Amino acid sequence: MTETLSPTSAPSVASVLGDPRVIRAVGLAWHEADLLDRKQYEAWKGLYAEDGLYVIPLDPETEDFDHTLNMVYDDARMRDMRVTRMTEGYAIAAVDAARTVRTVSRFIPVLVTDSEVTLRSAQVLVAYKRENHDLWASENTYTIRLSPLGDEIVKKVIRLIDSEGPVPAAGFLL
Amino acid sequence: MTSETSEFTTKNIYDLPPADLVLPDKVAGRLYTDPGIFEKEMTKIFEHTWIWVAHESELPKAGSFKSTYVGRQPVIVTKDRRGNINTLLNRCRHRGASVCEQKKGNANGFTCPYHAWSYSLDGKLRGIPYPEGYEGVVEKDEISLKRLRTESYNGMIFATFNDDAEPLEEFLGDVRLWIDRFTKQGGGYPVKVLGTHQFKFKGNWKIQLENTTDGYHFPIVHRSWMASVDQETADMMSFMTDPDCVTHDLGNGHSVMQMVPEHSDLDIDDGTEKLQDRFDALIAELKAAGADDAQVRKLVRSMHGTGFNLNLFPNVSMSISFFRVLRPISVNETWIEHVALGADGPDEIVDPVNRDRLRVHEHFQGPFGFGTPDDAEGWDRVQRGAQGAPEMPILVNRGLNREADSPEGWPTSHVTDETGMRAAYAKWKQMMSDD
Repeated sequence: MTETLSPTSAPSVASVLGDPRVIRAVGLAWHEADLLDRKQYEAWKGLYAEDGLYVIPLDPETEDFDHTLNMVYDDARMRDMRVTRMTEGYAIAAVDAARTVRTVSRFIPVLVTDSEVTLRSAQVLVAYKRENHDLWASENTYTIRLSPLGDEIVKKVIRLIDSEGPVPAAGFLL
Repeated sequence: MTSETSEFTTKNIYDLPPADLVLPDKVAGRLYTDPGIFEKEMTKIFEHTWIWVAHESELPKAGSFKSTYVGRQPVIVTKDRRGNINTLLNRCRHRGASVCEQKKGNANGFTCPYHAWSYSLDGKLRGIPYPEGYEGVVEKDEISLKRLRTESYNGMIFATFNDDAEPLEEFLGDVRLWIDRFTKQGGGYPVKVLGTHQFKFKGNWKIQLENTTDGYHFPIVHRSWMASVDQETADMMSFMTDPDCVTHDLGNGHSVMQMVPEHSDLDIDDGTEKLQDRFDALIAELKAAGADDAQVRKLVRSMHGTGFNLNLFPNVSMSISFFRVLRPISVNETWIEHVALGADGPDEIVDPVNRDRLRVHEHFQGPFGFGTPDDAEGWDRVQRGAQGAPEMPILVNRGLNREADSPEGWPTSHVTDETGMRAAYAKWKQMMSDD
């Protein structure tokens, strides 16, 4: 069964909380958020499919990440290197990274099938470092592959509301 | 007294005028932390000399515009119907509202949202609603948007508030040769802007100004990036003990740091350099698109950009493969742009080249790159540490013992030395001394 919701239709609470496929996807998004706040980067990497993408674009509209400049555009190879960077102890920004706490909510099912769920959501993250709080707000879109062998993230796109303005240089991941 | 602190003391450090805080081998930490000095810098430097505002590729046709800043003042850079480039203060002549809040775009002119005064692309006041209240009061041709002097060299567009500033080409001097070399990374095509990363850090603008001529920090701060790239790229950036890698003081506060001298002039190619394995797929794509071996080689040798950072005082660096543009916000905050560049040519050739150049750029630059956040951490530490012991100098003396004139007459030392910082601070001292 496939359900595609129009962007303007208001999903009922039941369509989010009453659909076990959606609940599995939300659960994975929350699990990822928790791992990132706890900086468990090796475990985080394991949530992604081998063909998965992790993207923080600059352009608020584009889906053509190949031909535009992004803040992050990671395939499996880049994710491997990024996790190494975050954990090996050479990167002074990661060694002294901000503490973060994030909320992911306002989930909107965009596409729901028995094998894949796409969700839009709102993320509010507060990062604290050296007497300073930074606010990072974004719309996160997750595409999650459902499988009896374990659900995986095949695409996560983090659209910061200030992606076209200056943001702090970060020692953590969104 | 030690020689190191002989000129700055706890007694005199707050009394010395700004120009006296720069000595040939050291500067006072107050330069990073004193709000009064920052205010003087905005007028004596940023409103007095040539400030880079745009690359010509950002204004491709009549009506193209870009919003930016000269120091703290908002400006719009436009291309008008005659093809002239204008830099206009982004401030309505009526009540001061900004007339444009878009970062870039295409327009026939600018209309203030407050009372709909409208201006043409060259800043002339075109229309005032209900004009009867201004009859005999306002002459339209006398109140255009304020225009800044605007001149360009090889695609680099600069503006200044100072009508008495020397011509741009005189200001650039020997820098022109290096701008010409930098643009060769188009691989036979002009260079164009592909996109811009922006980030901010809590530190003084001069900390960033220094950084693009600081070869010394590279393998230390960027160890994480070095560990993540292929061996060929890591070898390319292994300049720490190579005597051929040098920094030149080009005059007027400008300098060039040659990290990969064999790529300083990309037209010089003896054919012995192997193209990097990482570009094998790109090479196949270019050949399939019809590029011959010579063109493929020219494009692929340019994928990492040039072999140098060209640092222009005070706000732009042409850094290997991108522009670094700094914008001073306050004494302890600076915003930075990293402008990604590519080739401007036929789609079948430049699309794959530019796609791969974007990936190279993303790997190091921007707020989540493998290089920039580590730089920003270092700069943040400088700003915090420099609050301590204001009489204790910031050292810019590395390599004074081995600095000598090059055959061109440029003071020159090793690429890890601080010749470029000394050049910038000498210009800073001169400008902050001028009455």
